[in-house]
Amino acid sequence: MRVRIRGCRGSIASPGPDTMRYGGNTSCVEVRLAGGEVVVLDAGTGLRQLGAELVEEGASRIHVLLTHLHVDHIEGLGLFAPVYRPGTEIHVWGPSSPVASLAERVATYFSPPLFPVHLTEAPARMEFHDASESEWQIGGATITSHAIIHPGPTVGFRIEENGSALAYLTDHEPALGTDLMTQTTEWISGFALAHRADVLIHDCQYTPEEYEQRLGFGHSTTEHVAVFAERAEAGSLLLFHHDPMHSDQQLDAMRADVLRRWGVAEERCTLAAEGMSFQL
Amino acid sequence: MSERPAQRNLVLILARNFAAQLATAVFLVDAEGTVIYYNEAAERALGRRFIEGHGMPASEWSTVFAPRDHTGDHLPLEQIPLGIAIVRRQPAHGVLQIRGADGVERRIEVAAFPLFAHSEDFVGAIAIFWEFGEAG
Repeated sequence: MRVRIRGCRGSIASPGPDTMRYGGNTSCVEVRLAGGEVVVLDAGTGLRQLGAELVEEGASRIHVLLTHLHVDHIEGLGLFAPVYRPGTEIHVWGPSSPVASLAERVATYFSPPLFPVHLTEAPARMEFHDASESEWQIGGATITSHAIIHPGPTVGFRIEENGSALAYLTDHEPALGTDLMTQTTEWISGFALAHRADVLIHDCQYTPEEYEQRLGFGHSTTEHVAVFAERAEAGSLLLFHHDPMHSDQQLDAMRADVLRRWGVAEERCTLAAEGMSFQL
Repeated sequence: MSERPAQRNLVLILARNFAAQLATAVFLVDAEGTVIYYNEAAERALGRRFIEGHGMPASEWSTVFAPRDHTGDHLPLEQIPLGIAIVRRQPAHGVLQIRGADGVERRIEVAAFPLFAHSEDFVGAIAIFWEFGEAG
């Protein structure tokens, strides 16, 4: 599979001179499977440009996998060009809530007064699939979703294809109420998804000092992600969901902190950056 | 592909993390009724450390602590609050007499309820209990 980062900023789009290197668009990762299938992880503002390119190439079947429905993960959906292209089939996978289906929940955003067009008016054929705790196939890939710790129904994804695994846990606070260093692995949120993934894309929004004021917000620190990656035996780690208030320079310092704590070779820990791509 | 490691449902992870922070006794079982966690306060009330009680099936924990009603009659699993939460999948409350593994008799008040991750997804049950009269 080929992976391309389309947006890796957390919470709110943050364009500007301080975020030029790692980008200001919110969560969106493009995955092209070996058979050419198009999979998109999250629909943040990074989805807009991808949508234009998918229309250009005539993509007729697209899978959008939503980790959760916080605005920074779905606000690109309304301006995703394939939605307005008749004949396009868009499969949306994501968590339902205990009381509402995924389609109902997405429609809350994709309708007035928050958005001018109602979901039912989209010219594309849109199908919604509950992926709260699921395993399914897309082409030759196996997709697994598990609920993970973040406020509201939220999942992480694991994509396995041809012996390689990509884990995507973008908004995740596994350290909430537990000690990641000593806890038995089956009791660590998201562990099975991340276990021995070739690439682990993981939340790294805060420094340990910032976290003291943000406990329970649903995000991880440099310390949490270093321990989580080590315990999950991740091949390499891509730090994701950059705080909108963090400059490129601050992000560099956070990566250095993760590396110091994890104690691995530099190439195994990278900051996600818009436009970055890699092959698995 | 590597073999997938065991992973507890998020509802159970959150319940355990919550219980671990509480000063009130909490007893957590999975969907089969097997003990998967109890906190330090429950250790004291039951006279048995979690490391010794981990993995106890319902048939064991429902008898080893000798639960009895106010007349001293033994209560089967189906009649104690946590048993009701597992078997009938309903919340339940009650006062009962138990004998801790340390041999101490205690009268406890229990509130138990089933845990559903989704409406049809029963993942376990939780009991919160305290020595009778302690809370008042």
